[in-house]
Amino acid sequence: MTDSHAADLKKHVRAYILVFVSLMALTVITVAVSYLHLPVHQAIAVALVIATIKGSLVACYFMHLISEKKLILWVMLLTVVFFVVLLLVPAFTVADRIGN
Amino acid sequence: MEIPYTVAARPDTGLNNGKIGIWLFLASEVMLFGALFATYILLRVGATEWPHGAHYLNIPLATLNTIVLISSSVTMVMAWYSLKIDNFTRFRLYMAATVLFGAAFLVVKYFEYSAKFHHGYYPRTNTFLAIYFTMTGLHMLHVMGGMAVNAYFWGPGAKLWKKDKEHFTNRVENSGLFWHFVDLVWIFLFPVLYLL
Repeated sequence: MTDSHAADLKKHVRAYILVFVSLMALTVITVAVSYLHLPVHQAIAVALVIATIKGSLVACYFMHLISEKKLILWVMLLTVVFFVVLLLVPAFTVADRIGN
Repeated sequence: MEIPYTVAARPDTGLNNGKIGIWLFLASEVMLFGALFATYILLRVGATEWPHGAHYLNIPLATLNTIVLISSSVTMVMAWYSLKIDNFTRFRLYMAATVLFGAAFLVVKYFEYSAKFHHGYYPRTNTFLAIYFTMTGLHMLHVMGGMAVNAYFWGPGAKLWKKDKEHFTNRVENSGLFWHFVDLVWIFLFPVLYLL
């Protein structure tokens, strides 16, 4: 193993530890915020932002999406688009006042 | 007959078949859980009142399970990384830790479910508990599935390491991708069901 290769691999481990610490910190923050009893809309926004950051860290670093081939990135981007549409469809029903 | 493109990249995709296969499977999994999250939204916006998760659920236990699952993701990625640096002994240790963390998650979940049943809280009790049991139940099945595959690669499946190191490393990477996905789903389930 060359020195530069060994240094490169060490960098991987450092990144994993850093992501682990960040995920733990964000878990503590999201639980702490829930005890503040913010108004529902604000609480949902904060919790979802934190969860999205945590999810992105897992996907980018543990699942290596950050250095993955373009084909996989496109497949997952398409999936995320469909996922968001799927969530928005029922969310729109909140504006549905037919019959009222 | 030998399975093609287990290690070498397929010329048209630029990836080995296992890698593209697991990602397409995970895409379908996103939509499976997406359907349940959409159901949750539909039920919640349609309800006249919705309980705070803490009313029925145990936040400290769920926080513990979040920590357990995140830790298992780290040991999983370290198991794969150990194979990358040709250290099979360390792979075995990290993989065992991953499976044990999975088991710890299930034990905590068992205590949580038992407490619910003890208090007379069942899926039929109300809409909130119905969606809670459905989502966490499906997630728990995924934890069991991931544990079974990881245990296989820790045990009998590890024979492949002697025959073809790269192929085995790719298999562990793919089971890892599934395991991280299970962690990712929990990262969203935890605030949605427990904290909001």
